[in-house]
Amino acid sequence: MNNNLKEQVLRMSGVNPLKCMRCGKCSATCPSYDEMEYHPHQIVYMVEKGEIEKLMASPSIYKCLSCFACVERCPRDVEPAKLVEAIRLAVIRQQGQNHLKAKDIPDLIEADPDLPQQALVTAFRKYTK
Amino acid sequence: MVYHYYPGCTLKTKAKDLDRYGRKSMEALGITLTELENWQCCGGAFTMAKDEIATKLSSVRALADSRDGVLVTLCSACHNVIKQTNYAMANDAEFAMKANNYSKFDVPYNGETKVMHYLEVLRDVVGFDNLAKAVKNPLKGKKIAAYYGCLLLRPSKALQMDNPENPKILEDFIRAIGAEPVLYPYRNECCGGYMATEDQSVAAKKSGQVMDSAAEMGADMIITACPLCLYNLTKNAPGHQIPVYYFTELLAEALGVKD
Repeated sequence: MNNNLKEQVLRMSGVNPLKCMRCGKCSATCPSYDEMEYHPHQIVYMVEKGEIEKLMASPSIYKCLSCFACVERCPRDVEPAKLVEAIRLAVIRQQGQNHLKAKDIPDLIEADPDLPQQALVTAFRKYTK
Repeated sequence: MVYHYYPGCTLKTKAKDLDRYGRKSMEALGITLTELENWQCCGGAFTMAKDEIATKLSSVRALADSRDGVLVTLCSACHNVIKQTNYAMANDAEFAMKANNYSKFDVPYNGETKVMHYLEVLRDVVGFDNLAKAVKNPLKGKKIAAYYGCLLLRPSKALQMDNPENPKILEDFIRAIGAEPVLYPYRNECCGGYMATEDQSVAAKKSGQVMDSAAEMGADMIITACPLCLYNLTKNAPGHQIPVYYFTELLAEALGVKD
């Protein structure tokens, strides 16, 4: 367990995982639930336990759609998406760890010329530093 | 009242119809949208981390430049990012301090500007009753499914647009232009968003669910305010035949100002 990383994630996100009452509503409402190895309610508990490195290595952190469903619907205002974002940032803020690279963009546009700019700028903001 | 208008990146490129019909219709309703000078892309997504400053500065500039009026957005993503940034400027003192320290505005900005989505201008300034009176070609008999997606309503604490779970602003709009709204369970669920760049199959699954849900309830067409929703619903949900339009296109048609 890396307390330094846990503190960093809590500070960045502003989330207090101890408020969670484990109702599972975040996972029940998450549109990416099926794509995730660790689901939103598990992520909250894992952060509480300090298992940040395990989460940083998981593809689950790139599956969040930023749809704010779990933020809106959490009855305890834990707002799990903020944890997912902080963990992803803890990864991509490291040197050479961008999940989407600028050199990948031309291929994406070539694959589908109809892809709107909004998709690219949003993906770039989420996956790249 | 000055209505500053923030079109955003996609309305200048892939979503020109959303922009063009939006401006024409508002003009026909007696409100001029004045495009903000030197606006910069909002980035498409609000970065939730409290220590992210630079990614929010383009929104802060647009907000600070609109202090003498209202800032109107049309794209769902711009609306979401700019309203969340404004909420943070008003409620997160440390973020506001850092953004102001960097920006060096003549007068510090702390979230004073009112941000309105185009639909809110229709509802709160024009009024849906007045809109209904201005309609020349009512879309009679059309069954229209309103698609809110994720960005128009959530998080409601910052966006304060409508009830996030049982919204009615788009349904009221549909009634005002003479058509019949169709309610369906997936109207405020995500289309898969930018996941189209990461894993197209996820976007296809999410968009397919939305299309199936609207079709099941008997919709002839779907309307949206979001270029990425329109893209996912039309391109990443193969096998679905319901047409998807920007709501401004139907508005322009109803007002008789569509080319």
